[in-house]
Amino acid sequence: MSTVTTRADATVVRPWQQLVIIWALLLTVPFWLPLVGGYTAIAARVLVMALAAMGLNLLLGYTGVLSFGHAAYFGLGAYGAGLTLKYVAASTPLSILAGTLLGGIAGTLFGLLLVRRRGVYFAMVTIAFGQVCFYIAYKWDDFTGGYDGLRGFVRAPLDFGLFKIDITGNGMLFYYFVLVVFGLAVGLQALILKSPFGRTMLAIRENERRARFLGLPVEKHIWLSFSISCFFTALAGTLYALLNNFADPLGLNYIMSGNIVMIAVMGGMRTFWGPLVGAVLFVMLQDYVSSMTTNWMSFVGLVFVLVVLFFPRGLMGVLQKRSGA
Amino acid sequence: MSAAVPKLEVRSATKRFGNLTAVSDVSMRVASGELRAIIGPNGAGKTTFFNLITGFFPPTSGDILMDGSNISRVPAAARVKMGMGRTFQITEIFPELTVRENTRIAVETGLGFSLRAWLSAAEKKRVADASEEVMTMANLTSKADRLVGELSHGDQRSAEIAMALALKPSLLLLDEPTAGMGDEETYQVTGMIRRLHRDSKYTIVLIEHDMRVVFHLADRISVLAEGKLLAEGTPEEISANEHVQNAYLGKAE
Repeated sequence: MSTVTTRADATVVRPWQQLVIIWALLLTVPFWLPLVGGYTAIAARVLVMALAAMGLNLLLGYTGVLSFGHAAYFGLGAYGAGLTLKYVAASTPLSILAGTLLGGIAGTLFGLLLVRRRGVYFAMVTIAFGQVCFYIAYKWDDFTGGYDGLRGFVRAPLDFGLFKIDITGNGMLFYYFVLVVFGLAVGLQALILKSPFGRTMLAIRENERRARFLGLPVEKHIWLSFSISCFFTALAGTLYALLNNFADPLGLNYIMSGNIVMIAVMGGMRTFWGPLVGAVLFVMLQDYVSSMTTNWMSFVGLVFVLVVLFFPRGLMGVLQKRSGA
Repeated sequence: MSAAVPKLEVRSATKRFGNLTAVSDVSMRVASGELRAIIGPNGAGKTTFFNLITGFFPPTSGDILMDGSNISRVPAAARVKMGMGRTFQITEIFPELTVRENTRIAVETGLGFSLRAWLSAAEKKRVADASEEVMTMANLTSKADRLVGELSHGDQRSAEIAMALALKPSLLLLDEPTAGMGDEETYQVTGMIRRLHRDSKYTIVLIEHDMRVVFHLADRISVLAEGKLLAEGTPEEISANEHVQNAYLGKAE
């Protein structure tokens, strides 16, 4: 029986243990992060990038389809939230809802044009659409702030009627607010992945032809997966705008799309929590290295290459790779 | 179902690719509950013929009928829903998922749950039971939680057949079910096919190269050569047929 490998004993750290460790760390961030030289706002940035990459990963890691244009939905989320706060109402929940719908619906509609493309062609078309969004934000000075980005909005306190929670500061409260949104979003993702629909995503990743001959309408499922993925990445974008009180046209650029892909791949795209680990690494590198040199991206690139060469399944994938043989 | 209506009927099916006629005017009637083997040398058009039956592409001319209704223009996915299950010459499975997950996806798709976000407890039980049932038929219950990609070739084949069974087909098409297998595995898969035929009364059409398997299993055999139907009959008739011996059996064995 020495070669017998099952799902359970192939995992060094069991899923429920991962869950406990990860949530224990996330919930206590404001208490331990300053001790290791970090600050709470950077932790919020990690959560935002992780959520963007986990959204992408539903498509990339679980459906097996690569989008190189997820910055478009991230950026649309950010602008949607910013524009709502600036022009419509000083309501944080409304801005999140509006931004998520803007990015998600754009992705859903665009996905209709995409689903018959595969592989490189799919990725190329997603880049193209991302760049279209980027140039619109970049050129439309009056509305989007153009090159300078969208400023002149601030996140509003949460108003629960009986009491208000002031999340306008950069401290603990805002971090926990982001963490709650993050928790709800990834909980929803986990439910989707555990559903019959979620299993069809895996089926398409594993063998599209087999899936088709089971009678699955593969294009429809890829479209839905793309759409769901865009909604989550757009939600991350809204949080990004709230975090910075700023929406940046570069958030729509293909470089940002590449960053989101890198985060998922470095962390481990076949694992649920991989993108979170990737986001920790990415944001840490971004923060520490960019304080030393403006050329920080080349360091991130180097780390990316090393991770891909030595841990092809990503950092989190290492935990799941070892077989019982 | 009246005995007069064949489970599967092919009427003068022809498939041309440009100048090449891969299948030429082939007719066939497969009765309900029959196990039919299709044999023939490489390039005889067997897999093309299978693809016509399963709707991979439409025939250039001729008709395909299942339970008496013409399905020549019905797309592949819809034929699956009508009860046509298929396995491929190259095993098509979901390698990085467990046997249980493989069959569960097939069961859920067959039950029309594939777009569902959740299942009721009763539905979950129904899925688990059906998945357990096909794993039992395929003799895979002891390997249910192993990744399919890590199983032996024979077990992967069995898993693929289990997935086809999960869709509750009334007609099962198996493209070279024992291809590339050693004696042990061939025996295992052959035994499974015989059980499906004898005990579970499936109508089965299979393409096979291994003559021992064919003569052991088949009720009737159709011989294709160069796209044409060369002969059809019981295993005894086929092994006595001179044309077949000249065209195929003599050379191959």
